[in-house]
Amino acid sequence: MDFLTIISDTLGELIAPTTAAYVLAAIGLNIHFGMTGLMNMGQAGFMLLGAYGFAVTQSMGANLFASVCAAIALAVIYALLLGIPTLKLGPDYLAMVTLAAAEIIRIIGRSTAMTKITGGSAGISPQDFTTQFEGTSPLPNGATTFLLWTYNNNIANSWWLRIVAWILVAVAALLCWRWFHSPWGRVLKGIREDENAIRSLGKNVTTYKMQALILGGIFGALGGIIFVLPRSVQPDSLGRAVTFYTWTILLLGGAATIFGPILGSCLLWVLLTFVKEVMRGAIPDTVISSNQVESLGWVIVGVALMCLVIFRPQGLLGDRKELAFDA
Amino acid sequence: MREIKEVKPEVKPFQDLAKWATKAPEGEKLISTAYGDKVTKDLKFVDNKPGVHKPDPILVADHVTRKFGGMTAVDVEHFEIERHGITALIGPNGAGKTTFFNLMTGFDTPNTGEWRFDGRDMAHMQPEKVARMGMVRTFQLTKVMSRLTVLDNMLLGAPVQPGEGMFRSLIPGLWKKQEQENVEKAEALLERFLLIKKKDDFAGSLSGGQRKLLEMARALMRDPKLVMLDEPMAGVNPALKQSLLDHIMSLREEGTTVLFVEHDINMVRHIADWVTVMAEGKIVAEGQPKSVMNDPAVIDAYLGAHANIDLGDDSVLDLKESEEH
Repeated sequence: MDFLTIISDTLGELIAPTTAAYVLAAIGLNIHFGMTGLMNMGQAGFMLLGAYGFAVTQSMGANLFASVCAAIALAVIYALLLGIPTLKLGPDYLAMVTLAAAEIIRIIGRSTAMTKITGGSAGISPQDFTTQFEGTSPLPNGATTFLLWTYNNNIANSWWLRIVAWILVAVAALLCWRWFHSPWGRVLKGIREDENAIRSLGKNVTTYKMQALILGGIFGALGGIIFVLPRSVQPDSLGRAVTFYTWTILLLGGAATIFGPILGSCLLWVLLTFVKEVMRGAIPDTVISSNQVESLGWVIVGVALMCLVIFRPQGLLGDRKELAFDA
Repeated sequence: MREIKEVKPEVKPFQDLAKWATKAPEGEKLISTAYGDKVTKDLKFVDNKPGVHKPDPILVADHVTRKFGGMTAVDVEHFEIERHGITALIGPNGAGKTTFFNLMTGFDTPNTGEWRFDGRDMAHMQPEKVARMGMVRTFQLTKVMSRLTVLDNMLLGAPVQPGEGMFRSLIPGLWKKQEQENVEKAEALLERFLLIKKKDDFAGSLSGGQRKLLEMARALMRDPKLVMLDEPMAGVNPALKQSLLDHIMSLREEGTTVLFVEHDINMVRHIADWVTVMAEGKIVAEGQPKSVMNDPAVIDAYLGAHANIDLGDDSVLDLKESEEH
């Protein structure tokens, strides 16, 4: 068993683009759920739309900025479509609608009728949409080793992508910090606590909820772009499971905190990788096959999460006092 | 009659909250009774009958009905609230008082009816717009934002702020000054409502009575023209009640009209200028507090078989009056 490989692989998850993508998605979900109390059960839908918006326009030859704008625009339109009929209703309706809508997007994306645009279930392969992004890199070609990790500078799962992803995360966290401590954030938290009280104080609750839904959706779409850049656009890789991982990350780190999504995402992926690598190294193939390791990893992480929810229900960074009063 | 003092505008923000309506503690000023006297004078000539017209109404409602299935919860032919007055709305449980509140403030939609507030048509208006017009309510089952601090609860009550825009909120320079003013105002109100020590605690940690106080203080952040209090005294301890009553009366002198629902008849007699009695969705009696209690319709509807029971000791009131004359 090679300890150094296990450690470098495990800690590599700390800075992986996928981890950053989940952080962005969880930051969006934090605006939805942590701040406003909106039960968005389809964050993967926003991510997939962001990914499609970016990749499809890239493959058609649009420039990088226009593609990001297209991804954001799709998220905004999607949020409006979801929000207008459901935000006036109770929170459970939004949960159902978002869950269903995310599935609709995935199923439409992978349908054969859409093969010309989205590539159907095969998706869009990296060479069609990552070249422009890789071209913007100021780094020289080749690979670089930094501390434990060696990655290519510019291509695919690269240093350049890591830098961009984590800068995005930093900007998103900074914006969130600003929003959380502003009167706007205060109104959102008020809506989370009691909509009718906020109405009686003269605030237009539906507008605020719509703003929150759109804003969180935009972060989801950006997360989607980062998610697909090191791999390909695969509709099935952004399915329901991704939404639930995002929820796990948010609740693990602590809802309504700034660093909760970052800590949650890093911890979840590091933990999962660590458990899997150790099992692969320590347990012979004849006892547990590598397929089983994959599933068992999730089982162990799941048990750990259950313990967390039981013993620290507010998440790692949450304030226990807040849980003392339920509604 | 008490001496009428002029209310002078002073530079200090919200100093008037430190004034008292009935008896001022050492070193503090007694507020003017100008509005109270005017309302008493005006209402003296108004007949004591349901749906009567008043000299200067701020809210006028006509033919308001609300049915829940086959049951008619509210059926109000005509109702007026006198400007600057303190109007009490009383009635047995299930009389439709709270439903009427909900209708007036846009939280419920009537089957028929129209009403005008300060000359503006209010029917089919959203609750948030009603509040922005200056008609702010509290709830019978208090609604405080549990996981926000008491101070944040208060700040949410302040009128539309620049920092409440999504983009403007990112630039603190645009809203810091107004926020500071709001904080000062909120702290002055919290002080009056004896909640200042709790200002950094979560509102969820307050007791039931304290939540009532917080809700009322929050409604006043907007400086409403008409404040509608749904059972403001339920669960408030007696010592605090006196201070609250005083505050409601000083509200009148600041030009706020008050409508409140209450079951405590003593309190109603103490502070109300006008009493409206509802039963089974209808207004069955209206009048001066002292005379309306003797109205046979009220005794039937509200007091029922217990009409003979002493509703409270009036000797204190009578004594006070003899001192004043």
